[in-house]
Amino acid sequence: MSDTLLVMKKITKRFPGVLALDGVNFEIRKGEVHALLGENGAGKSTLMKILSGVYQKDEGEIILAGNPIILNGPLAAQHLGISIIHQEFNLCSDLTVAQNIFIGREHRNGWLLDDNKQNQAAAEILKSLNLDISPDTQVSSLTVAQQQMVEIAKALSCQSRILIMDEPTAALTESEIESLFKVTRMLKAQGVGIVYISHRLEELAIIADRATVMRDGTYVGTVNYQDTTLDELISMMVGRDLDNIFPVHHSAVTEEVVLSVKNLCRKGVLNNVSFDLHRGEILGFSGLMGAGRTEVARAIFGADPIDSGSITLNGKQLAGHAIGDAIESGIGYLTEDRKQEGLALGLSVETNTLLSNYPRFANSLGVIDEATGSTIAGQLSKRLRIKTPDLQQLAGNLSGGNQQKIIIAKWLCKDTDILIFDEPTRGIDVGAKYEIYELMYELVRQGKSIIMISSELPEILGLSDRILVMRHGCITGELQRKDANQQNIMKYAALEG
Amino acid sequence: MNMFAQAEKQQPEKTGLAMNREVVMKLAPLLSLVLLCMFFSVGSPYFFSVDNLMTIALQTAVIGIMAIGVTYVIITGGIDLSLGSVMAFSGVCAGLAATVGMPLVVCIMIGIAAATACGVVSGALVTKANIPPFIATLGLMMSVRGLNMVFTDGRAIYFLDYPVFSTLANGKLFGIIPFPVLYLFAIGLLAAFILRRTIFGRYIYAVGSNEEAARLSGINVQQVKLMVYTFCGLLTGIAGMILAARLNSGQPSAGVSYELEAIAAVVIGGTSLAGGVGTIGGTIIGAFIMSVLKNGLNLMGVSQFWQMVATGAVVVAAVYLDNLRKRSK
Repeated sequence: MSDTLLVMKKITKRFPGVLALDGVNFEIRKGEVHALLGENGAGKSTLMKILSGVYQKDEGEIILAGNPIILNGPLAAQHLGISIIHQEFNLCSDLTVAQNIFIGREHRNGWLLDDNKQNQAAAEILKSLNLDISPDTQVSSLTVAQQQMVEIAKALSCQSRILIMDEPTAALTESEIESLFKVTRMLKAQGVGIVYISHRLEELAIIADRATVMRDGTYVGTVNYQDTTLDELISMMVGRDLDNIFPVHHSAVTEEVVLSVKNLCRKGVLNNVSFDLHRGEILGFSGLMGAGRTEVARAIFGADPIDSGSITLNGKQLAGHAIGDAIESGIGYLTEDRKQEGLALGLSVETNTLLSNYPRFANSLGVIDEATGSTIAGQLSKRLRIKTPDLQQLAGNLSGGNQQKIIIAKWLCKDTDILIFDEPTRGIDVGAKYEIYELMYELVRQGKSIIMISSELPEILGLSDRILVMRHGCITGELQRKDANQQNIMKYAALEG
Repeated sequence: MNMFAQAEKQQPEKTGLAMNREVVMKLAPLLSLVLLCMFFSVGSPYFFSVDNLMTIALQTAVIGIMAIGVTYVIITGGIDLSLGSVMAFSGVCAGLAATVGMPLVVCIMIGIAAATACGVVSGALVTKANIPPFIATLGLMMSVRGLNMVFTDGRAIYFLDYPVFSTLANGKLFGIIPFPVLYLFAIGLLAAFILRRTIFGRYIYAVGSNEEAARLSGINVQQVKLMVYTFCGLLTGIAGMILAARLNSGQPSAGVSYELEAIAAVVIGGTSLAGGVGTIGGTIIGAFIMSVLKNGLNLMGVSQFWQMVATGAVVVAAVYLDNLRKRSK
C-alpha cells in the first residue's frame, strides 16, 4: 500500500513579518494515518490550512493523484475530496445532524428541500460509522465526541479522499478515543488518507503509520512510526540545543512566599489545587490541554468563580474574588489568547498599555493627563523594546511578539508583583521568543514572581525554577529544575497513576 | 471575517500616496458635507443664506443631541432603539408636571429625569438581565410609547402657563443663532471632551473594542455599559425638552423613528456598529448631512417621498465609503 495520494512540495508561506512555512514537504498515501508532529508554532496548522484551502501558498506545488491542483478556497479543497476537522468544530448547533452533514449540499426535490431523503442518506452514513445517533437529533444535544463523529460523517459524505484531523482527541475520554480509533481504522481500510495532528505521542503510537515532523516552519523529516522511538521523535521536534533558544538561566528565587494557594476547587474543573509561589521564582505549569492550568490562572485572577479554597497574597488573604481585587493586590494575567482576550486590537499601543491603570493618570473628575500617560507608555515601550512606529499605532498592526510585550507593559505600568503568563510565546517566532524570555528573567531579577503556563515542554524546562504538572484538574507532580526532564513531566501529565 | 482580515493585512506597505488617501478618507464625512452644501448652493438660490443655514442648524439640534448620546452606546457595541419614545416621554412627563402647576425648572428637570430613568432601565436590562441591547431597547421603545398614550390619553399637553419655556427653544442669540443650536454645540463639545479625555471615554472605546480584554484589564464593563445608556437617556431627555419647548407642548406621539435618524447620523459620521470606533465630531457632521440633504432637496422642489429614498441611499453609501476606508489600511 504505497500508492501516493497527495504530495505537497516545497510549500512556502509568509505572513507579515513571519516566514510561517519554509519549503515544507508532505506526502500522504492511500489508507495511511500520517501523524503531523511539531511544537506549537511549528507550522502544522498553517500547512493544513493551505491543504484545506483556507490559506493560499506563496510558493511550492500540490499534487493530488498525479495532477497538480490549485486550492483557491475551502470549497475547491472540498470538491477535490480534502476535508478538515478543526479543533473547534464547525457545526451549526441549532440544526440537526442530517442538516449539518449535508450543509451546502442539501438534498432537494426541485426547489424544495427533501428532508426525508436527506435523513435517510445521513442515517446510512451514520450507520456505516456504527453510530447510534438519529439524523434528526439537534447537534447541540450531542456530546463532544458525538459532534466529532458528525464532523467525520460530514467529511465522508463529501466522498473525502483525504481527512485532516486537528487534535481530534483533545476533548475526548478514553472510551471515546477508542471508538474514534475504530472509525479511523475503518476509514483507513477504505483507502482514505488521514492526516492526524496531535501532541499525544503515546496515542499516536497506537494509530499512526508514519509521522512527519516540522519545526519552526521547516520540514525536519518523515519516519515510520513503528521504527522510531519516542525519544527520537521528541528530539526531532525539539531539535535545537535548548541553550540556544533560552537565555542562560539565573535563578532569582528567594525564600519569601508571595502567593499561597490552598485547596482551590471548582466542580469538574479544579480539584484541591494547592501551591506556593516565591518571590523571584518562575513557576512552570505543565500538562496536556484541558488539564486545568488556565483555569487555575483564571481562578487566581478572579476571572472565573471558585467553589472553595483560599488565595493568600503576601500573608493577606485575598478579600474578594473579582478581577479588580486581584489587580489591586498586584496580580496581572497575560491571557493565552492575546487577540480574543488580551488586547483591544482596534485601540492604540498607548491606550492598551495604560488600560489597567487609567485612574492613576487622571484627576478627580476623571480627566486623563495625556502627557504623563504618553511619557509612561513611551518609557515602558522603550524598556520592553516594543517595535512600533509610534505609540498611536493600533495594537492590531503589530506582530505577535510585540503584542505580547504591550500586555507585559500594561502590567508593569500597574506595578504588578505577580505575573501569570499563559502560553507566553504562542504564535510568536523564535527571535521574539528569546526577547520575551529575557524579559521574564529581568522581571524576576527585579523581585517579581512569575507563574508560567506553557504547552511547550522545552519552554517549561528552559525557564522554570520549579515545575508543577497538572492532569484532570489536579496537581499530579512537582519537579525541581534539576530533576525535570521531558519524560518525567510527560509521565505526570499523561499517565494514570 | 478573520480570514478576510488576515488577507487584508498581507497587502503591501502603504506608500506616501496611500497615506494621503487615508487622510482624505478620514475627512470624507466633512468633505461630503461641504460638497453637498456646494451642490445645493448652485441648485437653489435660497440655500446659502444665513437664515436658511440657521434653519438647518435648528432642525439638526434635536436629532444631533440624541445622536451624540447614542454614539456612546454604539461605540460600546450596543444600540438604543428607544430614543424616539423616550424623547416623547420626557415631554409628556414635563407636561404632566406643568398641569399640576409645578415651576418651570422643576418641570424641565422632571422631563430630563424621566428620560434618564429610561436610560437606566435600558442599561439595567442589558447588564443585569443580560438581554441583548437590540431587544431590550426595542421592548422599551414599545412600552414607553404605550405609557405616553396611557398618561395623556393620546392627547398633547400644552404649556399654556409657561411663556418662558417656548423662548428657551425659539429664542435666538443676537437675533441670529437659535438657542437649540447653542445647546447642540455645547453638548457636543462636552461629550467629545468626555469621550477623548476622560477615563470614562477611554473605557467606552475599550469595552467596544474588546470587551473581554477590558474585563481582564480590571475595567468594570457592566458599569461602563450602564453609564452609557444612562448618559444616552439624559441627552434624549434634553432633546425631548427642546422639542417640547419648540412645540410648546408634550406630544405623546412625537419623535416616531427619530432613533433611526439618530443612528443613521452616527453611522454616516463613521462610527462602527461593531463598536470600538467613532467620534462625536463625526456624529454631528452626520446629523448635519441628513438635515442639509432634506433642506436642500426641499428647496429644489424634490418631493418628500424622494427625499426618503435619498436619505436611505446616503446612509448605505456612507457605510460603503467607510468600508473602503478600512480596506485601504
